[in-house]
Amino acid sequence: MDMLDEIVKEFLIESYENLDRLDQDLMALEEVPDDRNRLSSVFRAIHTIKGTSGFLAFNKLEHVTHVGESLLVLLRDGKMRLNNVIANGLLAMVDAVRKIMASIEAGQGEGDGDYHDLVADLERLQETGGIETSVSGLEPVEAKRATEILESIAKQVGIMSDASSSVAVTTTNVAPAKKRAKGGRRKKAVNADNSGGAATAVMELASSSIAFPEIVVPNFSQPVIEKHATESAASVSPAEIHAEHVTEAAPKQEALECVSKGGNPHDGEGGEKGPSQSVSDSTVRIDVTLLDKLMNLVGELVLARNQILQCSRSTQDASLIAASQRLNLITTELQEGVMKTRMQPIQNAWAKLPRVVRDLSAICKKKVQVKMEGADTELDKTILEAIRDPLTHIVRNSVDHGIETPEVRESRGKSVEGTLLLRAFHEGGQVNIEISDDGGGINLARVKEKAIGQGMITADQAASMSERELMNLILLPGFSTAEKVTNVSGRGVGMDVVKTNVEKIGGTLDIHSIYGQGTTLRIKIPLTLAIVPALMVTCEKDRYAIPQNSLVELVRLEGDRVKREIEHIHNSPVYRLRGNLLPLLFLDEQLQLRPTRSAAELNENSVVNIVVLNAEDRQFGLVVDQINDTEEIVVKPLSKHLKENSTYAGVTIMGDGTVALILDALGLAKRAHVVSASRDRIKTQGGVAEQAGGDAKQTLLLMGLGETQRLAIPLSLVARLEEIPMASVERADGQMVVQYGGQIMPLLDLGDVLRPGQGGGNNSQMLQVVVYSENGRSVGLVVDRILDIVETTLAIQRTGKRIGVLGSVVIQNRVTDLLDIHNLILASDRDFFATPPTSLAV
Amino acid sequence: MAAARQLCTFFLDELYFGVDVQKVQEVIRYQEMTRVPLAPPVVQGLINLRGQIVTAIDMRRRLDLPALPEGQLPMNVVIRTDDGPVSLLVDEIGDVQEVDSEQFERPPETLRGQAREMIQGAYKLNERLLLILDSDRAACIASGHHE
Repeated sequence: MDMLDEIVKEFLIESYENLDRLDQDLMALEEVPDDRNRLSSVFRAIHTIKGTSGFLAFNKLEHVTHVGESLLVLLRDGKMRLNNVIANGLLAMVDAVRKIMASIEAGQGEGDGDYHDLVADLERLQETGGIETSVSGLEPVEAKRATEILESIAKQVGIMSDASSSVAVTTTNVAPAKKRAKGGRRKKAVNADNSGGAATAVMELASSSIAFPEIVVPNFSQPVIEKHATESAASVSPAEIHAEHVTEAAPKQEALECVSKGGNPHDGEGGEKGPSQSVSDSTVRIDVTLLDKLMNLVGELVLARNQILQCSRSTQDASLIAASQRLNLITTELQEGVMKTRMQPIQNAWAKLPRVVRDLSAICKKKVQVKMEGADTELDKTILEAIRDPLTHIVRNSVDHGIETPEVRESRGKSVEGTLLLRAFHEGGQVNIEISDDGGGINLARVKEKAIGQGMITADQAASMSERELMNLILLPGFSTAEKVTNVSGRGVGMDVVKTNVEKIGGTLDIHSIYGQGTTLRIKIPLTLAIVPALMVTCEKDRYAIPQNSLVELVRLEGDRVKREIEHIHNSPVYRLRGNLLPLLFLDEQLQLRPTRSAAELNENSVVNIVVLNAEDRQFGLVVDQINDTEEIVVKPLSKHLKENSTYAGVTIMGDGTVALILDALGLAKRAHVVSASRDRIKTQGGVAEQAGGDAKQTLLLMGLGETQRLAIPLSLVARLEEIPMASVERADGQMVVQYGGQIMPLLDLGDVLRPGQGGGNNSQMLQVVVYSENGRSVGLVVDRILDIVETTLAIQRTGKRIGVLGSVVIQNRVTDLLDIHNLILASDRDFFATPPTSLAV
Repeated sequence: MAAARQLCTFFLDELYFGVDVQKVQEVIRYQEMTRVPLAPPVVQGLINLRGQIVTAIDMRRRLDLPALPEGQLPMNVVIRTDDGPVSLLVDEIGDVQEVDSEQFERPPETLRGQAREMIQGAYKLNERLLLILDSDRAACIASGHHE
């Protein structure tokens, strides 16, 4: 069964449903022959099967349904009136279609049943309308019945004659050769189906056999059946024929049953496995809206469960506790079950990608093979739908831009055929999807060049941008590194759309690329959107939910540690989390529930709870009053009035029935300017606020030099702030260095560089060092004082004339020099950017 | 014979208001609500109405009336809007009043401010005026042009 092509499988499921309905419809039409709606419905069903079978190259099926369709056209258009004869013809056609499909489902193609008689019948019906086939010499009702039965028998016998001939083939021709044996098995499958039809006919016959009491059982032979088949179709001497048919059909059926049951006397190769459960038996189609409704109900149930659980905690009643625990278990399982109904393997979204790649690589004259890993990874249907297009786009991009032409690949020592690997797996309650190619990778130098060329950034900004920031340029609208615009891609629309689409469903998009070796795009998306695990926190007596996917860790500071470990850079509190500065946001301040704390006020707190959150790869600490529990919450959308507020991701109802707001980590971070919209950040960086309109704020680290000079650099460029004792400073190659994190980090005394001749020399015992890292190499900038972190809009008043200074700005009413770190470092170490250890050309 | 109209009435700072009965989903007593920081000030909070989240709007504030005295709890008039139910917080609930369109008069030009947008007019009852509140306008706070 798993060999079945996905499309064929779907076609079968759909067609079986259609056929079932067809049976009912045809039956109903016999009662009310003029029901136009039903006729149209029958017509549509057959038409669909015909169309699809033609498309899938099932010629027999197409042929049979085509004739049926032509007949139905006449009926539908009122040129003919449905009578029993026609109905029987159509039902026989439906049976034939079933038979063919059963054979297809068994993986044996259309089988080799011969449907010419059926087709001929149907064609004849188109001309005659089935009127002349009336039977004389019987009561009208009986005559009608007899005709009907005869018709159906004629068909069955016709089919059986095929069947019996194939039985003959089987019995006589069974040879050890595998090929033949296979053929024999295929025939038997057909026989088995026929036997079903024959059985129906016999039963029908039996029910009406009151009129024909005498039943003889002669030996049957092929020619006789055939003869009678034609005769019965022509309807002569009903009684006799009936009798004979009954007798003939019965033993025949036994024989067939014998064959189909696998206790098969003819086959030297042993029994045949019974057909596995039909596709349509094991699946049910359900309206998605019904599923959604079910999902909502389960959501409500989860809430009710939470309430009951809460109640049961404060009770001593053992039976209530037991019952609520059981309820808890059942609800969880039910929830999982309902979620599963919405789950689909990612294969569904991937299925068409090999074809896309094939066509595309043909156009691009490239050789690409697609590999898939974890195609059975499941995710919610809505999410699956949402990533379908982004996936296609990424794959197109990879083939068009990523993978090189065979010649280039050969010259680079790669195999001629490029590989596109699609990988999906679950991790931490999220689904990761990776699309990697072993192509050319992203040339950051070209990205930079293009971005500058397109006026998205200035050369200065480009120089100061990190690898990741450069990589993210690709995700901006209008960006394309393609040399020329092809009809495939290169128009510069797309990656930003991909990013937006992924973010819309709460996912993230990451690019990793090594120039010359390939690119990996990683999409992380939540499993489902409706019910999420969340951390409950309390702030000013209100509870808020923080979805776990943005949660990194929890830090609790008690007693002295509050005073000692929360440091302030001017008014901005920070916490050193394993050496990295973690900006702290107070939830109550962010929600404007209380004014900003001063450092002194903060120190009064005996306990500080920090929830470390991740937003767009930036971490920040959210300080809350209390950290409660984790809970499964049902996300409900905020009413339209409040949707504009990006601080909240939605609302939920808690166990006790109260409403709690769900915090959106990204929204909070944006609100507090922990992350700024990347576009703004890139444009304002390095001080080109004039171009950006000057509205976007950025966070700067202020430093002091000498008595009065103030310096500023964007905080985003600062890896760490360190205090280094003078004693550990060593000299190498005429330069001050310090051992730092297993590396030799050169120190650059900004006083020496910026104020030459003014002594510069740092006499204090501890050096204040701002660590700047790029490409795994660090440089320490020595300043006299770290002053503050400020958030400000940059409006450069004076452009710098000295090396290392971009210009001057007024910050906190003081003139401050904005450092140009890139050139500053270049001035002292020309090779700093040129030979990065990770071999990335910048 | 002029068409009669049924109005659900309520009080706000001595003023007598009415909204179309058809618009009212239900009237409930004061409910615990969750405040929404950073939301427009007229949003008093969110109510859990049998599993449905309903935004509660402080009508006094919406109409630039003084706040309800301490210790007095408002009532909820839950109205249907295109964006789901919204609760209007009012001082007290009145009867369902049947009014005659002959008694109706548009508000005078001297009515200014927020109230002008929301008060469609008044029915001149014998003992007092019954102000007709446009519930859709009252519930519409997305535009954010409050105060």
